[in-house]
Amino acid sequence: MSTSANTATISPGGMGVPPVCGAGSASPANLQTGGTPVLPERNQTIDVSLGPQHPSTHGVFRMNVTLDGETVTKLQPVFGYLHRNHEKIAEGNSWLAAMPYTDRLDYICPLTNNWAYALAVEKLAGIEVAERAEYIRVITAELTRLQNHTVFLGFILGDMGAWGSALMYAFREREKILDLFESLTGARMMCNYMRFGGCRCDLPAGWIQSARKLVDGFPAFLDEMEALLTGNEILLARLQGIAPLTAERAINGGLSGPCLRASGVDYDIRKVENYGVYNRFKFRVPRGSTGDCYDRFMIRVLEARESVEILKQAIAGIPEGPIVNPKAKQRGFRPPAGEAYGRIEGPKGELGFYLISNGSDRPYRFRIRPPSLINLTLLEELSIGTKIADVMVILGSIDIVLGEVDR
Amino acid sequence: MNIPGSGIIKGLAVTARNFLGSYVEKDRLTTEQYPEERPKLPENARSFPFLVFDGEDPEAGMRCVSCKICEKECPPQCIYIVQDRDAAGKAIKRPKVFDIDISVCMSCQICVEVCPFESIRMDQDYELSSFDRFGSLVLGKSRLLKSNTYYRNIHPTEAAETDARLEADRKKKEAAAAAKAAAAEKAAAEKAAKAAVEPEVKA
Ligand code: SF4
Ligand code: SF4
Repeated sequence: MSTSANTATISPGGMGVPPVCGAGSASPANLQTGGTPVLPERNQTIDVSLGPQHPSTHGVFRMNVTLDGETVTKLQPVFGYLHRNHEKIAEGNSWLAAMPYTDRLDYICPLTNNWAYALAVEKLAGIEVAERAEYIRVITAELTRLQNHTVFLGFILGDMGAWGSALMYAFREREKILDLFESLTGARMMCNYMRFGGCRCDLPAGWIQSARKLVDGFPAFLDEMEALLTGNEILLARLQGIAPLTAERAINGGLSGPCLRASGVDYDIRKVENYGVYNRFKFRVPRGSTGDCYDRFMIRVLEARESVEILKQAIAGIPEGPIVNPKAKQRGFRPPAGEAYGRIEGPKGELGFYLISNGSDRPYRFRIRPPSLINLTLLEELSIGTKIADVMVILGSIDIVLGEVDR
Repeated sequence: MNIPGSGIIKGLAVTARNFLGSYVEKDRLTTEQYPEERPKLPENARSFPFLVFDGEDPEAGMRCVSCKICEKECPPQCIYIVQDRDAAGKAIKRPKVFDIDISVCMSCQICVEVCPFESIRMDQDYELSSFDRFGSLVLGKSRLLKSNTYYRNIHPTEAAETDARLEADRKKKEAAAAAKAAAAEKAAAEKAAKAAVEPEVKA
């Protein structure tokens, strides 16, 4: 993996020596100078630019890595290749028109993005949410979490160089969830489903039954995935003890979501804020201990299992009733002047929308707090001192999506 | 800890189960052989918008009244409408030009939600690739207009609801018109009666 860099340049100071540092091989030039090979200076480093199109960088993300041998001494993330000016577009459009754009933030999890935005607007304008819609929101959000973590399990294997089986099994399972989304919202990924005060349309006939079937079958898939992965010696060697993170550093770095909990911090916004109807469901919040890559990996498996529990309860308890608050206006919506910050526990961490309204038909300020970007800020700290091949795994274990990092 | 390598063996067993299972279980072999095999789209599936017309003639049966609400609400602003005018230059309720640039359209369905006249709906056609960006990705009226029968075909439930709503509207309108006519008749009758009375008073 370390050879798949796009460019490699020698840093100044290494004139006349071969580009491989620490190499003991004698080149003909060295031999001519008197028979004893001249070893390059020990402090020579090499700069490698990884990305932006490298598949293991999860999208158009670039890292300028400075290497001493294979050890990382410096890492500079370079992003912005996928910048779409999302916040400004939303400020120039109506409140409703910002909704489909939120699908495109973290495109793996459109429904949680919808929810975070709808939640912020509901907080801003004081809109009640229809009871049935609250349950549908929980169901779709937990399905989103399942598919995000499933994709994560597949991709982290890819980061370790095992493209193929695990990723395909994960995608096969994810596709079943996407089929559910498609039959409900009309699109696999760009759902644009939630509305202020509820959801856009009711569940189609038979949807709950298919969802129940999927949820009941999901633990079997997780078992299979665990049999495939968690005992695998190679995987353990590549994950255990790599890039540990203390709880204190994780908190100071502003991490959220699974990355934070992997370091042992008990902080889940579903429990802390009790948004939606989460307080009606019994579920546990898994935690890691050392915060190394293995903890970050396992926490997703455990969270997926808890999501299954929530889903079972929500599917069993879904009430009848209207799907959207009839008093909530969608078109020509003008919330009163003010500001609000709405946040949810997205699959990747705290996803928040900070909105300011001046009473007009479009947001005055539309700010997104993306979990991917903030979790990424500790990448350098985690990577320094590790081998270059581990950088990919560390990046994979943070679980970012560039649509959300760059916005 | 168990025997070294047993984790890998266990993993390989999973791979073997999936490989062999793919011959017998439909669940483990999900690949669709497109284009020989066509995916069965769910009813709600959507691609790009189209305009619905009633009856046989697209122009005469067009539901769109050129109110331009969808044009205003479309998030990426990819709808372009010019209102039609009659010979005297008076605006009539019909679009002369109705273009949707589907290379810009984000398939968000907001136009469908905001249209008060049930005239724009989501299509399910997904084979739209072309070498000509402007010639074939900017859809004009001729390509956008599709019959209500087609709409009933692709979204049966939604179309049935729309039809019921339109029918109810029509009935309401008819009833209102009938009531109005009746009221007018009554008023005329009263007037006539009054007129019939008045001369007597005069006389
Ligand atoms: S689907 Fe959305 S983007 Fe496309 S024309 Fe309608 S409103 Fe515009
Ligand atoms: S499609 Fe509907 S919203 Fe758009 S101009 Fe026609 S009638 Fe108005």
